[in-house]
Amino acid sequence: MYHTPYKRKKYWNKAEMNLWEKSYLPEVVRGLSLTSGVFLRNLWRWMRGRKGALTVYYPEERRPDYAAHNRGKHILTQRANGKPQCIACNLCATVCPAQVIEIEAAFDAEDPAHPKYPAHFAIDYARCIFCGMCVEACPEDAIRMLSEVPNLPRGSRHIWLHKEELLQWSPRRDVAKSSS
Amino acid sequence: MFQDLFIHTLLISYIIVMLLTFGLLLTWVERKQAAIMSDRIGANRAYLRLPFTQIKLIWWGLFHGIADGLKMLLKEDFKPRAHDPLIYTLAPWVMFVPVLLVFAVIPFGGSLSPAALFPGSETVAQWFGDKSYPLQIAALDAGLLVLFAFGGLTIIGAMLAGWSSNNKFSLLGAVRAGAQMISYELVLGLAIVGLILIYGTVNLVAIVEQQSAILWGFLPAWGIFLQPFAALLFLVAAQAESQRIPFDLPEAESELVAGFFTEYSAMKMGLFMFAQFIEIVVIAAIFTTLFLGGYNLPFMSDQGFVFPGGVEWNLPHWAVILTQISVFWTKVFLVCGFLVLVRWTLPRLRYDQLIQFAWRILLPLTLINLLVTAIVVFAMQY
Repeated sequence: MYHTPYKRKKYWNKAEMNLWEKSYLPEVVRGLSLTSGVFLRNLWRWMRGRKGALTVYYPEERRPDYAAHNRGKHILTQRANGKPQCIACNLCATVCPAQVIEIEAAFDAEDPAHPKYPAHFAIDYARCIFCGMCVEACPEDAIRMLSEVPNLPRGSRHIWLHKEELLQWSPRRDVAKSSS
Repeated sequence: MFQDLFIHTLLISYIIVMLLTFGLLLTWVERKQAAIMSDRIGANRAYLRLPFTQIKLIWWGLFHGIADGLKMLLKEDFKPRAHDPLIYTLAPWVMFVPVLLVFAVIPFGGSLSPAALFPGSETVAQWFGDKSYPLQIAALDAGLLVLFAFGGLTIIGAMLAGWSSNNKFSLLGAVRAGAQMISYELVLGLAIVGLILIYGTVNLVAIVEQQSAILWGFLPAWGIFLQPFAALLFLVAAQAESQRIPFDLPEAESELVAGFFTEYSAMKMGLFMFAQFIEIVVIAAIFTTLFLGGYNLPFMSDQGFVFPGGVEWNLPHWAVILTQISVFWTKVFLVCGFLVLVRWTLPRLRYDQLIQFAWRILLPLTLINLLVTAIVVFAMQY
């Protein structure tokens, strides 16, 4: 007639509490004193003009300790003559999951070794998710990400960084190809 | 006659403005306190820009409450297709109005006599004579009973909202809200009965006046010292009554979306939220009145201070009124802060635990408390 009673699943990490903890009230008091202690400590810090939080308040504040491999702001690497290493193959724009890279290819008759170059290269930083896939996709090591985080204007919804700024804010050369 | 009307209109508008402001402020307090408790900064992006300048007033995110209110006013008022229009529109108000009404009987200051307030003025003296008004909207002898009668009305709002939305989540939330509020209302009421036994009255002004007495020469005769156990039970039951986190089962987000107001949007949802915040203020005010000596500081009465050593310090009438009102709101604010602390510290109960906690633990405890109090009061009389 009746089903067998439901067997409660046994968990390997089931918390074992002694009687003091099971009686709940002392633990409630302990929790409340813990949180109120943290509250008063942080409040006291704020009131003395110091920072009482772990949050880094991004556009106004920067962390001093970004890792060397942090994916921050993009750069376009340069050839020896200062032109971008990019060959406008559109791989980065294709792989970009947020679809924020816009490239306009152009023909350069004066450089027969690299006839295709980007006349226009822009990244929308309002939508970029900093995944680094463009860097991985690039066959020419033309796009990299440095650890510095971008300094963006507040309140703007359209923050496009163009070829000129990507080339010049921290000029880098591809060491392997510097001779050609 | 006309001067009574003037004073009462003044008091009513003062209380309504104060409650709405406090409710709005409490949204900010809740956000900021939660943030500071957990090492965060908290909401601080909303600002008011002074017109024609680039000066932005941020003021630690104080304007986020206003931004929220504006957002709720401007949002689309979406209604489910099969809702019951009349009850659906009525429900937020049925929830909101009793919360404001409860405050009618709470005294937030001693008695105000306008003639003593402006001793030099002939016209005031002529107009008001030697009349004095208690700083309370409705000076009822049955204050405590009226308070519980109106407090119980909020259940109806929750039930109506859940029923008229034509949504399973809403209905479940409403049923949970009903069961929970009825269970905890009982505990709330019984926790107070011990206090009524001690004070021998249900008139809130009389209760507050009795609390300005002194116990054993140094301790103010506050309810929390006379009935510490009842104060604890009252706080627990009140937190459950306002449906906040350790007991927020009627609107458990993870199970019921938002409980009985799942189908509400825009300002109707805002009214529910606002009613909840004002309910916290009202609960804090009730706790202050019953257990923390109301509007009086320790050793303070309507004339001034009388310290235990026999030292008296008489204050002018305006100073007494001002001190009493600010002391009352400060106490209310501190109790609100404690309730917010509890809400951001304790984990939630399961629903069966919640009901068992009310009926198997809290109710027997309140009955024991009542029994012991009754025996002690009886023994003191003989």
